[in-house]
Amino acid sequence: MYKRDIYTVTENRPLSAKTMLMVLEGDTQYIGSAGEFVNVAVEGKFLRRPISICDYDGQTITLLYDIVGEGTKIMSQLTPGAKLDLLTGLGRGFSEDKECLRPALLGGGIGCAPLYNLAKKLLARGVRPVVILGFNTAKDVVAKEMFERLGAEVYVATVDGSMGTKGFVTDVVREKSLECDYFYACGPMPMLRAVCGDLEWSGEVSLDERMACGFGVCMCCSVETRSGAKRICKEGPVFMKEDLIWK
Amino acid sequence: MERDMKVTLSGVTLDNPVIPASGCFGYGYGMSEFYDINILGSISFKGTTREARYGNPLPRVAECSAGMINAVGLQNPGIDAVISEELPKMREKFHKPIIANISGFSIDEYVECCRKIDSQEQVAIIELNVSCPNVHGGGMSFGTSPNSVAEVVRAVKKVITKPLYVKLTPNVTDIVAIAKAAEEAGADGICLINTMLGMRIDTRTRRPIIANKMGGFSGAAVFPVAVRMVYQVSKACSIPVIGCGGVETAADVIEMMMAGATAVEVGAANLRNPYACKEIIEALPKEMERLGIERLTDIIGIVE
Repeated sequence: MYKRDIYTVTENRPLSAKTMLMVLEGDTQYIGSAGEFVNVAVEGKFLRRPISICDYDGQTITLLYDIVGEGTKIMSQLTPGAKLDLLTGLGRGFSEDKECLRPALLGGGIGCAPLYNLAKKLLARGVRPVVILGFNTAKDVVAKEMFERLGAEVYVATVDGSMGTKGFVTDVVREKSLECDYFYACGPMPMLRAVCGDLEWSGEVSLDERMACGFGVCMCCSVETRSGAKRICKEGPVFMKEDLIWK
Repeated sequence: MERDMKVTLSGVTLDNPVIPASGCFGYGYGMSEFYDINILGSISFKGTTREARYGNPLPRVAECSAGMINAVGLQNPGIDAVISEELPKMREKFHKPIIANISGFSIDEYVECCRKIDSQEQVAIIELNVSCPNVHGGGMSFGTSPNSVAEVVRAVKKVITKPLYVKLTPNVTDIVAIAKAAEEAGADGICLINTMLGMRIDTRTRRPIIANKMGGFSGAAVFPVAVRMVYQVSKACSIPVIGCGGVETAADVIEMMMAGATAVEVGAANLRNPYACKEIIEALPKEMERLGIERLTDIIGIVE
């Protein structure tokens, strides 16, 4: 089920020059799994902003978001006590119960966000995920400590080599000779393409696309998959690696 | 006082004039996760073609001030799958007569799809989409000349028994000439407007935001254009007009009806606010009371 409700901002602070962390209080009962998203109505903007859920519990939702345009800029200026209109219960998230022993959680940039709640749940059931976060440069690196505090094994890659492994998340796998049995990935398309192409493990990826509705009626975010056209907002955002077509 | 919201389109009586517009409500049943959709007057389902279509490459959407541009490109599962799979699912959730939005790339295709959908009991009205701006060689290319509109209307009318409403594009010089051509060819009603052709550019990448470059502009910003065209067409034609374009509130519905609309479609507003139609229907009685309107039918085309 979907739910529209008004949420109260309790925290909204920068983690880097472009990434913000926002905590919202309100009804979370329609959020079913890690990897789902919310669609945020921004004052003065016609369309909502679809944003991955980084973490949630009985009464709060945590979002990590980059300031990329006017809408997220407006969001970044909200202060505690501000009210936000959100749609929740959107999308199909990661398979949290997948049988695996040591999955790799691969996050590119802000794509690290939906992996956080997933890591938490995997660790809670005794699975030891390897978290690999990729960024352009050291000053863009966010969420590393958040994952470390969960007790996860965390590696960082930066394109310019200013922190961790120089290169991409796939370079970390090679450099550290990491042996995993599954992966969960979220990040920009070139990264997801590399992850799906380079890693021999099976896995699932969360896709991002411009959306209008976020609940499956406008068809603005449909991708062609091996099992037909799928809406990123409805059948996704998480898809099996084997289902995706890379052109 | 009880306010009468009933309206009648070519013998089809609706509980109220509010109809989600094609392409903004899917085949309806998905929206029942938000509310009981049986409060709606009717539903115009997603534009359907003979063959299944994936549509245009992504990105398909760009935002504008008070609106949006889309270039979905008529993604749909094809008429046979709509009849065998979508309509039964729709019937489970929506128990009223529906409006079937049919598009095509040739007169043969329009004829075949309309003939098939005409036999479906739950379909009350066929809405002929000759106005989709996002496909090449179909859709809007039929709706921009009086002759081609008349030709497709005549061909379709021969094979159907249900009322035929022609959904027109605003991307023309003389909307009245097109509407009159449709009426003279036998159309039972007119629906307007479909989206206006628009474009947005990402100034950082120096490329259009939408992969298809251009797309259909809709949302609150187009409302005055829609009111104007509904007014012009309803004054010039004697068949009913369904008004569509930028409607967001009960006040907009009443304004559209005063311009000449018998019923009103709500499109892009659903995409930001999935409860838009519900909220409009719930607000209508109060708005009627405020404006001293007893029956909505009393105000249709009341503006001189």
